[in-house]
Amino acid sequence: MKIMTCPINGPRLISEFAYWGECKTMPDPAASTDAQWADYVFNKSGAPGIKHEWWCHTPSNTWFIAVRDTMSDVIEKTFLYGQQ
Amino acid sequence: MPWRLLKFAMSDRHPEPRMFTPHGQLKSSYDVVIIGAGGHGLASAYYLARDHGITNVAVIEQGYIGGGNTGRNTTIIRSNYLTPEGVKFYDESVRLWQDLSTDFDLNLFYSTRGHFTLAHTDASMRTMRWRAEVNKHYGIDSELVYPDFIQKAVPSMDMSCAGHAPILGALYHAPGAIARHDAVAWGYGRGADMRGVEIHQQTRVLDILTQCGRVTGVKTSRGDIACGKVLCAVAGSTPRILKMLGLRSPIYIHPLQAMVSEPMKQWLDPILVSGSLHVYISQTARGELVMGASLDPYELHSTRSTLDFTESLSAHMVEMLPQLSQAKVVRQWAGMADMTPDFAPIMGKTPVEGFYLDAGWGTWGFKATPVSGKTMSYTVANDRAHPLIEGFAFDRFERYALTGEKGAASVGH
Repeated sequence: MKIMTCPINGPRLISEFAYWGECKTMPDPAASTDAQWADYVFNKSGAPGIKHEWWCHTPSNTWFIAVRDTMSDVIEKTFLYGQQ
Repeated sequence: MPWRLLKFAMSDRHPEPRMFTPHGQLKSSYDVVIIGAGGHGLASAYYLARDHGITNVAVIEQGYIGGGNTGRNTTIIRSNYLTPEGVKFYDESVRLWQDLSTDFDLNLFYSTRGHFTLAHTDASMRTMRWRAEVNKHYGIDSELVYPDFIQKAVPSMDMSCAGHAPILGALYHAPGAIARHDAVAWGYGRGADMRGVEIHQQTRVLDILTQCGRVTGVKTSRGDIACGKVLCAVAGSTPRILKMLGLRSPIYIHPLQAMVSEPMKQWLDPILVSGSLHVYISQTARGELVMGASLDPYELHSTRSTLDFTESLSAHMVEMLPQLSQAKVVRQWAGMADMTPDFAPIMGKTPVEGFYLDAGWGTWGFKATPVSGKTMSYTVANDRAHPLIEGFAFDRFERYALTGEKGAASVGH
């Protein structure tokens, strides 16, 4: 099975992880228009590429960011939020 | 020896009957360019030519005819959806399906089997009741049935599903059917071809040319084409095409895997689907069991398959049908499913004038092939969305007017 590296627990089977989608920056809900908010809620950068994504190591509930190529499925690195 | 065969052998020329006319070069311009020679693209070309008289059409395909999701699905046809928009749309599709073999003079192996969506919990029984009522309201043959009825249809099924997911009932949809998916693409392709549409395989789209928000042409790996209208029917490649136009959409791509067993004597007549066990299964005309499960759990633009999928699907399958524990899996594959947040497709016009989209078909596209072709060809010909697809508009997300079909997805994705 594919292996992913949890920043806290080290290399683990991919089945221990949950994918939570691409990292997005939330616009200010009070200041944004309905269209901007809809774009944030619904739209995605759907084309393949190297993306920053939220993942969670479910047994330890460790949330972190993975940099992954969504075409080849190669995980370039994983790190905790705020680190690099 | 048949006389025709003897004559053929003695002849100097051996005219090979071709399914499709081979075309050399692309012309410099067409009225309509359709991207994607899968079921949807070819059906649109067929109805454009047959019903709207538009034959100066090129269908361009990066791979080969029907080689994408048309050839990768599990061929199930049904109309027992949840929203009025969905039910009316798929019902029209089922009606179209039934005459296609005659239309094409090609055997599609269309086989009406009856379709069970099994419910293992009170919550799913409630959804099945809801779906049955919506379906009946629109005149669709769909009803809630109980374990004795199901057991009679599939005597070998373990109704307790290994003791931990007992079947409480099912939504039974008698018109549920299967068909041979390749033949569908070939039938539509040949029908369009005979009416003058050009199908160009091995032709990749590199860019869509626009001027002042209007489509003016397509740049391909085999040269540029001028055209006023482009219809995009490329399933898992949709985000890549939309990126060329700078359009943002909610479509996300996850692989969907499937597998088939060795062929066996016919024993399973109906199509079985279990949302809780993430399983759907039917038996083809040649005896193989075609099996599918839920989407892969994360975004990936690839058609690789995994052992985890085979293992988990087989485990659930054996819980339902214990006699399959000795059956062998002979093939597995994956397709790229273009998913939407509300599990309904995105069809019709887009903010770019002359660019029409037929996408977001995720896990429910094969059954909609005829009606998509019919409604998209209408939309392209009249530059106005067909009434049946108004609920599937591209801009419904920014209007917060979603068409929630998730409850009718075959398994809980």
